Parts: sequence; structure tokens; C-alpha cells
Amino acid sequence: MADLEYKVIVGLEIHVHLRTATKMFCGCELAYGQQANSRVCPVCLGLPGSLPVMNKKAFEYSVLAGLALNCEIAKFTKWDRKGYYYPDLPKNYQISQYDLPFSEHGYIEIPVGGGQVKKIRITRAHLEEDAGKNTHTSGNYSQVDLNRAGTPLLEIVTEPDMNSGAEVRAMAVELQRIVRYLGISVGDMQKGHMRFEPNINLIITKDGKEYRTPIAEIKNLNSFRALEGSVNYEVVRQLDEFERTGKVMVEGNKTTRGWDDAGRQTVLQREKEEASDYRYFPDPDLLPVVMTDEWLLEITERLCELPLKKQMRYVADYNLSEYDASVLTGERANAEFFERVVKAGAEPKRVCNLLTQVGLKVANARGCGLVELGLKENDVAKLAKMIEGGDINASAGDRIMQEMMASEKGPGQIARELNLIQKSDAGELEVFVEAVLAENEKAVEDVRSGGKKSKAARGFLLGQVMQKTKGRANPKVVSEILNKKLN
Amino acid sequence: MQNKLLDMGIKELRDEIAAGRVKSISAVEAVFESIENREALIGAYISTFKERAIAKARETDSKVAAGEKVGALAGVPIALKDNICSDFGATTCGSRILENFCSPYNATVVEKLSAADAVIIGKTNLDEFAMGSSTENSGLKQTFNPWDTSRVPGGSSGGSAAAVAADMCFGALGSDTGGSIRQPASFCGVVGLKPTYGRVSRYGLVAYGSSLDQIGPITKTVTDAALMLSVIAGHDERDSTSVDESQAAVDDYPGGIDEAVDGLKIGMVTKFNEGADQGVRSAIEAAIEVYRKMGAEIVEIEMPYFDYSIAAYYMIATAEASSNLARYDGVHYGHRTAKPKDYIEVYSKSRQEGFGKEVKRRIMLGTYALSSGYYDAYYLKALKVRNLIRGDFVKAFEKCDCIMMPVSPTTAFKVGEKTDDPLKMYLSDIYTIGVNLAGIPGVSVPCGFDEGGLPVGLQILGPAFGEAKLLRIARMYESQSQWGKKKATVI
Repeated sequence: MADLEYKVIVGLEIHVHLRTATKMFCGCELAYGQQANSRVCPVCLGLPGSLPVMNKKAFEYSVLAGLALNCEIAKFTKWDRKGYYYPDLPKNYQISQYDLPFSEHGYIEIPVGGGQVKKIRITRAHLEEDAGKNTHTSGNYSQVDLNRAGTPLLEIVTEPDMNSGAEVRAMAVELQRIVRYLGISVGDMQKGHMRFEPNINLIITKDGKEYRTPIAEIKNLNSFRALEGSVNYEVVRQLDEFERTGKVMVEGNKTTRGWDDAGRQTVLQREKEEASDYRYFPDPDLLPVVMTDEWLLEITERLCELPLKKQMRYVADYNLSEYDASVLTGERANAEFFERVVKAGAEPKRVCNLLTQVGLKVANARGCGLVELGLKENDVAKLAKMIEGGDINASAGDRIMQEMMASEKGPGQIARELNLIQKSDAGELEVFVEAVLAENEKAVEDVRSGGKKSKAARGFLLGQVMQKTKGRANPKVVSEILNKKLN
Repeated sequence: MQNKLLDMGIKELRDEIAAGRVKSISAVEAVFESIENREALIGAYISTFKERAIAKARETDSKVAAGEKVGALAGVPIALKDNICSDFGATTCGSRILENFCSPYNATVVEKLSAADAVIIGKTNLDEFAMGSSTENSGLKQTFNPWDTSRVPGGSSGGSAAAVAADMCFGALGSDTGGSIRQPASFCGVVGLKPTYGRVSRYGLVAYGSSLDQIGPITKTVTDAALMLSVIAGHDERDSTSVDESQAAVDDYPGGIDEAVDGLKIGMVTKFNEGADQGVRSAIEAAIEVYRKMGAEIVEIEMPYFDYSIAAYYMIATAEASSNLARYDGVHYGHRTAKPKDYIEVYSKSRQEGFGKEVKRRIMLGTYALSSGYYDAYYLKALKVRNLIRGDFVKAFEKCDCIMMPVSPTTAFKVGEKTDDPLKMYLSDIYTIGVNLAGIPGVSVPCGFDEGGLPVGLQILGPAFGEAKLLRIARMYESQSQWGKKKATVI
């Protein structure tokens, strides 16, 4: 073991359901969880004589994704038929893109900790139609539901640039954020909006020689946990297999494996990669798509600042922690709300605290976004300024924020009504300080003695003043008065 | 003597019905009487819709009586080739695999016919999935030529052509992938028009070779073909390959039909005629002479790649067919084998039992042409040849208004004569196939008879979307000849 080193090599194939109103090549509604075969028509049923018509929106969504993934967008792209027989594929061919995908040669940046990013190259992204769903019951028959058949499906293929389960996960998370930011997919993994298929193997260095283990492709993973888990499991499994058998990658010994979520392990599905012949050829029912400069420009204008870039900007420009920045940029609407508040003149860190510690907590509990809490950007900015200016203290700020979600009143009015305005007037506060000093001679002595107890006693006295003022004293001012009186 | 109404053309009948002088119901009854008398001999129809037709005729008649506006085909009995989907009756494609298949929707052309108040009376026989040149490949029945019932009606739209020739309808729709409208029209002595690819919506036409298929009319006269084309032509948003009318407007085809084309230049390739039987050659030469007398100039043109059209066609059409017909698998609709032992057998046995010999042959040819390792040598090469043939026509039309040649090297052949030799059958498509590869329009016009009394068709080809002029040229000849007025022997 000592003389063995290894490197994990992972490439990903990702399928993303686009969130268009209708299917890829017909007018059927895209809907999940509906009664089987209730969202179908002659086209997606593949009935004789029916013809596909391209959903332009789906194509534009895909181009938007291609642009966000820094891909080259093809000026000319076409549709091909991929032929294979399966009951969930009504035409027994899938309309896809073969040799001229709409985009190629891009990359995605993923965070790898410590403010660092890594580029994962994108080989290509193409658009195709999804198949239906077969259900195998216990009886001697299977059922086919074609509601999903014809759903626009974006397929993204990466280069084998990921080197750990964590990186694969980071890639998946980042891609999910991107498609959600662009509004092109709901990106709900549980509903199968995003499916991942990692190709994994190891480069093992042993006794100065390099070996590559056979590639395993894990099919249809639809949770980040399963994705990361499967990669980590494969690393251990492949190392073990190599040590036991010395098996290395040769043509045709790629295996296909599934993920057993309960057992947290991958399971062999197909031993040898079959050389399938899909008999691709250009679909004569559809016209090639010519991407004009004007059209591309129009789509490019719909791009937005991508989540990772935003997150890094928050850290650099607003001095937020990486964690806070990632929380705020988790969803585009939240990030944009935050930015509007900051733009209204509030201090970013204060706004961040209000939004993450109060706003998002409530939003998460309600299962909604920040913008749905009934908060006005200007009011939140005002509130942040009030805290900043010492008119109220931080805990009062949290309380006012809560109130703002339930009322039409501004933060100033709420603060006054709840009597939360801080006492910052030195003359007024001096009366309270003097009273406290008179009542607590022992503590005063402790402070003045300068011994071990001095710091605690000072804190105690400050607390007493706060209590006497029912929490409304500005602690900074009180502290200054205490200093003056005690030194 | 048959009912005099049946001697009318579509235009005349429609105008009489619209004027209230003739009742649609009378025309429908006359047609059904004709069907009852002749169907046993001809076998043109797979299904007929008498009750439905009568109801539709009454509806039109009462519209006329009420003084309402009626459509361009008001009350006229029309037949559909049975590979055009209708939400009434079955749509069999002449195949056992779809013998009981009922389409839940109408083809765009069916909607357009209905909107024009046509009366759809039945669906006609065809070579299975439109694959064939004699209608002998139908899995459901045999159709015979109304001029000689020992002979084939041509194909694949043999049922439509025979029904028109035998006065069992006033006009019919066919589909043409490699000559399937023009060749049976020629064999049956009627007019058949294959429009430019993209002129008529294919939505609801059961696909054979998607890049070649086009629906068109089969009628007794050129004027009727123009009228039917004007009803079915136009862009359809459900068919991406139907052409945007801003790029190629739909002309008023029947409007100027009687205007002769001044200074007409006819392109011809001498050696094409030489390849045809003597009877065909004589008729074509006589027809050209008629044009010459009308002042037309004959221009010799070159079509260097024309000879490769059959080879290219049987790669492209079969490749597309192998994919188009993959859906008939016994899983979702159509014939399913009785006792499959697993799901693979649902596929293999359903298809084995449902498809006929010729369809299987073409599926295998096409599957082979698309297979990895063969794609470049066959399919891709065929596409290149197709471009060259297209170029041949573009160049030719720089020198002439139209090109004329026979539709088929022979007249109607005997039933069973070529069924054992598929290659011989394929070769008889030599004159019609290039047109589909180039996507241009072509029309077959009756131009006489051979020594055996069988009809000969003159094929006239025009540039893409030039149907208006093409039909005028065809009409010029028709107006000078009496061939089309001669009734088939069965009548």
C-alpha cells in the first residue's frame, strides 16, 4: 500500500429538464405528477402521420445555458434521430442532436474552498426529447406513462476534470444554481429535473508505473448525496478491485452500475459496454436551426450575473463571509433583493445579518423566498441604517424586522411604538449610571481594584444600566460614561 | 349508361351544386351506385362512408338552399388514399399492422377538404405504406385497372387513380414519394399532380420517406387538379417542412388555368424517350408535336446525374422508411402478436406478422444503409447524389419552362408480372423518382393509348413552386386533345 498513489478521474453526463410551458415538439403541457397518459397528443404519442414542431423557447433556454457554461454556440445546428426500441419511446427513435450539437467547448467554474475556483471543461451540450416512463408491476405486464415523453431535455457532457466526490458534488450544486438563476429549469432533483451519470476511474501509480482502472458509469443519480456517495464508493471499490485483480482499462470493459441508496453502494448492472448502433440520421421532419447574430444577441441579453461570480463579489466587495455570501446567492431572487437593499444605501454586512438571521429563517420556515415576506427594500435599508446609526440595537433590529413582515408600518414607527429607540443622550444616561454605581459598591470596588474581577464587574455594571433602561440604552454611550466615572 | 352527373368534372359539379341546380346528395348517390356496380371488379376502396357522406351532402345542400356561402369543393364526392389520417373510419395504410387502426385526428388536408365542403366518401387502396408501383403490395386487397382488369392500376396510389378512372369518385388525394401519384394516374388515364415538396402539409400523411412524400390530387382534368391543389396547398404550422407562404405564395391555380404560356420552351432529353416502349414513345412524340404546333420550342437539355436517381432514391427513401416504420411495434397501437414470450417478441413477432414482404425488404435496406460503418458509403453518398440531381434540374430550368418525358417506360402491366422481380419493379420508376429527389412539381396528363388500348401519360415537370405555370402548360395540351374524355372500359 505504501508505494501506491492514485488519482480519481470523473466526468459527468447531466440531463436537465427545461421548464417550458409545453413539450419539446408538441403543445402538450409539461406537468409532473398528473394522471398517467393525460398530457399526451398525437405527436408525443408518436401516432402515424404526426409531425414534430420545435419549441423555440426550449431552444432559447438551451442556448442560454450554453452561454452560461461559456460554450461556443453553433451558427447551424440540426436534429437527428437516434434509433432504439424501448416501450417508453413511442416512435422507437428519439429526436436528439448527434454530430452538430448547438453548443460545444465550454467550462463551468466550481468553488473548491478558500475562495478558490476550478474550471471543469464542458465537452458539449445538446437538446433532445425525454422518453416516457415504464412501470413494472408484479403482474405479467408493464405499464407505460407517456406524460414525460417529449419533455425538453438538455444533455450536458463534461470532460473528466473532476478529481473527488466533493468536486463532483460542487459541480452539480453549481449547475443547479445556474439553471435556476437562468430560470430555465426548476432543478428539483427529487422530481427528476436533473439526473447525473458520473463516469469514474482511477489512475494508480504503483512501483513507478501508471495503471488506469476500468471505467464505471453510474446511471441515473438524482440526489447530491447519491452522486457524491457513488463516487466515493467507487474509489474504494476500484482500488480494492485493482489490488485483488490488477484489472486495468481496456477497450470494451467499461461497466454500467446503479446506486443502491439504502446500502450506500454501487451495484453492477451491465458487465460489458455493448456497442449499440443507434443509426443516427438527420430528422427529415425538422428544419435545421440557423442561429443569427441578432437572435444570439437577444438571448445573450437575458443572461444574468452567475451565482458563483456573485458570491465571490459579495466576499470581495461587501466583506461578507464565504458562507453568508453563498447563502444569500443560493437563489437569484434572494440575492437580487439583498442587492436592492444595499443599493438603497444600507451597509451590506448589516443587511446580510438581517436577511440571513431573520428574513431567510422565516422564509425557509414558510417555504418561500425573501421577496414573498412582504418586506419593502427601502424599509429594510432604513432599519439597517437605524442599527448602524445607534438608534436601535441589533436585537431590537431583529424584532422590528419581524414586525415589518406583519405590518405596513415602517421601521421608525415600529421602533417608536415598541419603545425600542436607544437612549444615547449622555446627560440622561448619566443619571442611570450614577444610580447603578451607588447601588453596587462592591462591583465598583472590583472594577477600580483592577484585579481579575475587574472585567466581569464592568460587564455586570453595564448590564445593570441596560436593565434599568429596559434595554434601550445605547451600550456604547453607557460604556463611555462608565469609563469616565470609574477611572 | 351511367348517371350523367358522373361525366362532370369537379369544377362543373361544384358550380352546379353551389347554384342549386344539382344536389350534392344526387352526386353522392351516383358515386355510390357506381361503387356498388364496379367495386367488385376494381377493388379501389378499403373503406367507404356512405352514411357520413349522405349527411355531409345534405348539410351542403341545405346550406345552398339557405343561401349560405359554400366552399370551393362544395358537395363534391372525394376519396382519400388510406395513408391519410381521418378521425372517422380506419387509417390502414394498406397494412395488416394497421388494419384496425383508427386515427384520433384528421390530417391537415382532410380538414382543408372539409372546410371547402367536400364530401369524403371513402379511403382507397394502396401499396402497403405507399411502397410499390402496382398496388399489389397492399396487405388488404387487390386493385385492378379500370381499362383492363387483368392489369395493375399502378401504384402506390392505385386505388385513388382507379376510383377516379372508374367514376367511383370525382377526385381523390394520393401521395407521391417516387411517382406514386403520377404513375397510377398515367396507368389509369387520369391527371395526377405531385406538388412541390413543402407546398402541401404532410401533417397526417403516414410517413414513408419524409423528405420525399407529398400529397397531391388525382382528377379527371387539369382544371380539377388545379382546383383541388388550391384547396389543400399552404403553410401549416404543424408541419415544419411546409413552406412559409411569404417565401412562396400560393397562387390562384384554377384562376388562370386557360391562359396559354407564350413562347413556351419545352426541355427534353432525347435518350429518355428512347428508353420507353414503342407505344409510350409514339404517344409522347405525338403530344410534343401538339405543343410544337401551338408554337412551343423544344430545347434539348442535359441531365447527367438522372441515371443515378433510382440508386439514390432507394437509399434515402428506405433509410427514412426504416426509421418512420419503427413505431409499428405492437406496443402502443396496431397489430400485436398473440402470445409473446417476452417484450422483445412483442416487437419482433408483431412486426413479422404485420408487415408484408416489400415493406420488410425496404426496412432492411434502409436499416443497412444507416448502420454504423455504412452510413457514409450509402446514405451520405445518396444525399450527395440527390444534390447533384437537384442541380441538374436547376440548370435545366434556366433553359426551359418545363421538362417533358414519359411517366413510365410502359403502360399498365399484368397483375403478377413483376411481383417476383423487385428490381425490375424499381426500375419502372426511372422517370418519376428524380422529381421527388429534387422536390419539384410534376404532373401526369393523359396523352393517348398504346396499341393495346392502354392509357399513356405525359409527364410535365416545372421548377419548385411553379405549379401555376406547370398546370397552364398541361392545360394547353389537354384543351387540344380528347384523351381525357374517353371513358375507361369498365364504364
